[in-house]
Order: sequence, then C-alpha cells, then structure tokens
Amino acid sequence: MENHPTPLLQIHNLLLYFRTTHGVVQAVDHVDIALDYHHAVVILGESGCGKSSLARAILRLLPRNVAEYKGEVILEGNDVMKYEEEEFRQSIRWVAMSLVPQAAMNSLNPVIKVGDQVAEPSMVHLGTSKAEALDQAKSMFERVSVPIDFLQRYPFELSGGMRQRVALAMALVTMPHLIILDEPTSALDLLTQANIFNTLKVIKHEMGISFILITHDIATSSELADEVAVMYAGQIVEASDAPHFFTEPLHPYSQMLMASVPRLRSDQDPIFIHGQPPSLISPPTGCRFAERCPKVFERCKQEPPVVQSNGILVKCWLYC
Amino acid sequence: MDNPIPNSVMDIPSVNPPTGGEDSEVILSVNGLHVWFELRRFGFGVAGYVRAVDDVSFDLKKGEAIAIVGESGCGKSSLMKTILGLYKPTKGDVTFEGKSVQQLSGRDLQWYRSQVGYVQQDPYGALPPFMSVERILAEPLIISGIHNSEKRREQIRKVMEEVKLYPVEDFLPKFPHMLSGGQQQRVVIARAMIRNPKLIVADEPVSMLDASVRVEILRLLRSLQQRHNLSFIYITHDLSTVKYFSERIFVMYAGKLVEKAKINELIQNPLHPYTQALLSASSDPDYHNATKFREVPAGEPPSLVKPPAGCRFHPRCNRAIADLCEVEAPPEFTPQPTHSTLCWLYR
Repeated sequence: MENHPTPLLQIHNLLLYFRTTHGVVQAVDHVDIALDYHHAVVILGESGCGKSSLARAILRLLPRNVAEYKGEVILEGNDVMKYEEEEFRQSIRWVAMSLVPQAAMNSLNPVIKVGDQVAEPSMVHLGTSKAEALDQAKSMFERVSVPIDFLQRYPFELSGGMRQRVALAMALVTMPHLIILDEPTSALDLLTQANIFNTLKVIKHEMGISFILITHDIATSSELADEVAVMYAGQIVEASDAPHFFTEPLHPYSQMLMASVPRLRSDQDPIFIHGQPPSLISPPTGCRFAERCPKVFERCKQEPPVVQSNGILVKCWLYC
Repeated sequence: MDNPIPNSVMDIPSVNPPTGGEDSEVILSVNGLHVWFELRRFGFGVAGYVRAVDDVSFDLKKGEAIAIVGESGCGKSSLMKTILGLYKPTKGDVTFEGKSVQQLSGRDLQWYRSQVGYVQQDPYGALPPFMSVERILAEPLIISGIHNSEKRREQIRKVMEEVKLYPVEDFLPKFPHMLSGGQQQRVVIARAMIRNPKLIVADEPVSMLDASVRVEILRLLRSLQQRHNLSFIYITHDLSTVKYFSERIFVMYAGKLVEKAKINELIQNPLHPYTQALLSASSDPDYHNATKFREVPAGEPPSLVKPPAGCRFHPRCNRAIADLCEVEAPPEFTPQPTHSTLCWLYR
C-alpha cells in the first residue's frame, strides 16, 4: 500500500444548521472527524442526532432550507469546502467520495435497467464511453456478488439484498477513496445483512477503500469499525478506536448505549436510558446529555471541553 | 403504578408466571394450519398458490410467552394475521379457548377481538394522525358498547398509567405526531391492552425504535405480561431480544416452523442448520467482529409459490444429505422432550 502524508479526510468544526418554521435546527454542531486511508469509521447515534445530516454535509448534498453551513472538510489535503459547486460536482462528488443513501434499495430508478444505473456515474463524472462504463459496471457487479445477467434487469426484479448490492456497486464504480454508507443494512434480513457485511469487508481489504458507516445498530457496526464516533444531539461526544470503544467506552452516553444492547452470547441484562434527547432547536447550554446522565454534577452546566487521553477524544467533564 | 421501576428485565420477579407451569390450560391451539393465497391469471383461473403458512401446529398455554423468529417473507405475518382472525386458513384451524376462530361471527367475533390485543410494528403508521390519544384509546371502548364517557375516561386513565404514560392529563389531548417513537408505541400497547385481553400478539414491537428505548418497551411488555398473566406471541427477526422476553421460541423458514425449543436450549444447542446460520449471523458488539467473516449460507429464501421439493432449506444447506433432503420433506423429529426440529439430520 502507498504511503500517504496526510490523512484521507479531516473534518474541522463542521456546522450545518437548518431553517424551519419553529426556529434554527442545529443538526450538525461543530463536528470534528479524522479518517485515514483504508480505515472505516462508524458514526453511531440515535435517530434525530444529526448523523444523516452529517453525511449530507460532507458530500454537500443539501436541502434548500440551510441556515448555516461552514467548517473545513479536508479531503486528501484539499479543503473542499472552498470549492465552487460545479468544481465540487466534477472533482469530488462520486469521484473522490460517494454515498450509499439510506434505504438505498428504494432509491434506484424503477424504469432504468440496473446495469445502466450503475454505469451512469462513471459516464457523468469521469466522461467514460457507455461501453466502457458498462464494462466497469460488470466488474463491479462481480465485486459485490451480483450475477452478471442482472445488468439487464429492472430494480423490481431484484430482492432487497440484491438492490442494496447494486446501490453499493453504484458507489464503487468510479473507484472513490471514500464511501459513506448511511444505514446500509437496517432494512435487510439477518442473513442478508451478514452477507453484505462480508462483502464490505472484502471490498475494504482488497480495494483499500475507506468507509464512513452511519448507523444506530451498535452490534452490527462492530463488523466493520476501525474507529467509532458517537454522536449525540448534533455533537460528537466520543471518538475512539474500536477495541477501546467496544470494551470500555468513556462517555456516560456511550456506556449506557453500549449497555442497552441486548446480547445473544452473554447474560448481561440490557438497561435503558431515561428521557429523550434535547430538541436541536434550542439545545440546553452546557452538556447536552446532562439531563439524562446518571453521573451529572455541578460543572455539567457549562459546555464540556473535548478531552484527549491516549488518542481517545471525549467531550465530558468527568475526564478533565 | 407505585412499584419502583426495576433495573432490568430480569429483575421482574419469577420468569415463569404463577399459573404458566407445564400443566396449565392451553389457551390457543394451532392445528395443521395452511394459509395459501391464490395467484390469479388475468383475473381468471388460478395460476398457483403462495404457500405462506404450510402445516404449522403449536399450542400456547395461559400466561406463556412465545417468540416466532424468521426473516421477511417467511410467513410469520400471515400466521399472525390468521391467528388474529384477519385471514381465513386454507386448511387446518386456530382454536381459542376451545372455539374455532374462523367460525366465529357477529357477537362471538366481537368477543374474540376483545380477548386478543395486537401491537403493530410501526407505531406511527398504526395510529390515526387525526385523532388525539384520548380518542384513539376510546375507540375500542365505544365499539365494545361502553357509552358512559365517565367510565371510558376511567379505563383510559388506568391503562395509560399501566403503560407509564404519565402525567395522563398531558398526554390525553396530544396527537401522535407530538409524541416520541417510544411514547407512540406505548399508546399502541395501551390500545391493545384496554379491553383486558388474554392474548397479545406483538409484531416486531421494537424494530422501529432506537436502541436506548427498545429495552424499555420490551421490559414494559414483559411486566404487563407477567402482571396480568397474559399469553403472548412475540414476532421478530431479532434473536438477541427474544432471550429477555419469552419462554419458548419457534424458528420459521419458508412457511414452516423448522425448530421449536426453549430459549436456552435453542441458543446453546441449535439443531436445524438454518437456526445455526441465524445464530452465527447475529453479532454482539465486539471489535473482533471486524477481522473475521461470518459463515452464512449464500442465496435467499425460496419462492413460496414453488418451494423446493423435500426440505425447503436444502438448496442453501451445507449439511444436506444426498438423495434424502431434496426428495422428501422431513417430518418433525424430537431429539429432546422440549426441543423439536424438521431436519433429517436427527432421524
């Protein structure tokens, strides 16, 4: 593998606010993430914590009601936030990083053959000829273990698992360095899910592609994770490597989240977290988890700093 | 409720409900149930059948909780809807307290509906968006002929306290979109409970909820089940939640119950190769997972229109016996008294 002087992706202070009739929603609030080549980072969080908005913010796939969008997204040494929209489309989106959207299986165009859909990104973004692009689509189908004769089929002729694989092939076809997977298997069955994670592991090892995996499913996220970032109410509260995170998470929220997972192979009883995440329209000052935290104390009324210990980042007063 | 909230599912006293012992009465019995759906050819003539449920039998005792685990399309929802009396069986029958469910009509059917509660999968889809919580919970009572609004209020208040939706006054005028996912699911559970049923059927009650809320709802269902000695059918695809919930588990594949066992027996010693695959495919959070591959059978469940001859799992099974599994469908073998499976390996 080649040596890279800079990490693949560095995100500093990324911020994405939406305008709504009720006020400004602080969906992504000063997020920092770093990701190396050939690595996978999992972004864990409950629904409404802003994890899908983070994916959209990184790929700049924004809805119309954006109130504020700023920060640094440094991809392979270049701050892509400074790019104009057209330049971003030509040289970043789907060329350097691509996305497997949430419910990807239902995001395929129902009236176009799946082969043509998979070929399209390389025709549009890389300017390859149709024949060449179809060839690439064919080899991608092999990569993700979809039979080649499925190229000629329409999405409705494929099962959910196969459609998910097609969506993955579509993200892979331009050979980006980074793929963002937004809840890639949450709608799929157990065995199909395990099969797709096997495919993802092969792709990661053989093609050296990095992944950002966005999910709420802690158990399956451990299938791919090298690093884990936990998101709560728009902020990253803990960023850690997988071995540390899955054995002893630091932030009280991560600890409780981990303890809430029902386990098949141990008799540990799951717990649950009382209450609900705060509204992102007017989030509380200080620590956003304080209201639900069993270890809350006086200082939690102030915004906690991000503490670094042994390469693990945690946003909590307990570790100051 | 005045009892303190227990810290875990297991803290709820006694896993076996008081009258749910081995010899307690059977409340629901499913005998040789077949549910087939006709496939029409241009509206005329029958082109074939979708064999959604194919020869399923089991008994459910009073106060017992069972789980039915299977992947989408295996027929578990058809089975559930037939038990609820929404589908008519093609062959076989469902009896509830000795009465055949599909022969009920009029008043008897209304009685059956009051005895069986249904907890839907998607709480938001299951609650009418234009009705307040009070109205949603009053509806079943109005249908069952309780016209005294004072009486209705009293019952609604009781059931809402039961599902821990308090302060009750705050929730009564709210509409479903004003509630969180967990609260919506509590309303759905309250609606299922309001006519004091003896049996609750829950179809993936927590699959749409967040991890941190999931356990809370499962625990609520379990405590209601034990407090009221309810019989319970829990339908799910998630093996890891089953353990905290039910006494027995049935694994369903392509319209058949391929394995029936007590929970611990099944987790420690799965017999059917499909159950083994399911167990090996479910992961616990562990960073070692990232470095190993899971042994899962390739392929997908068969079409229920033309299921494979013999054992329906044989095309995906790595332990299939030549000249047997693809020819003859396995009967039920019972290697242990409480553990049975449809697999030739145990003949």
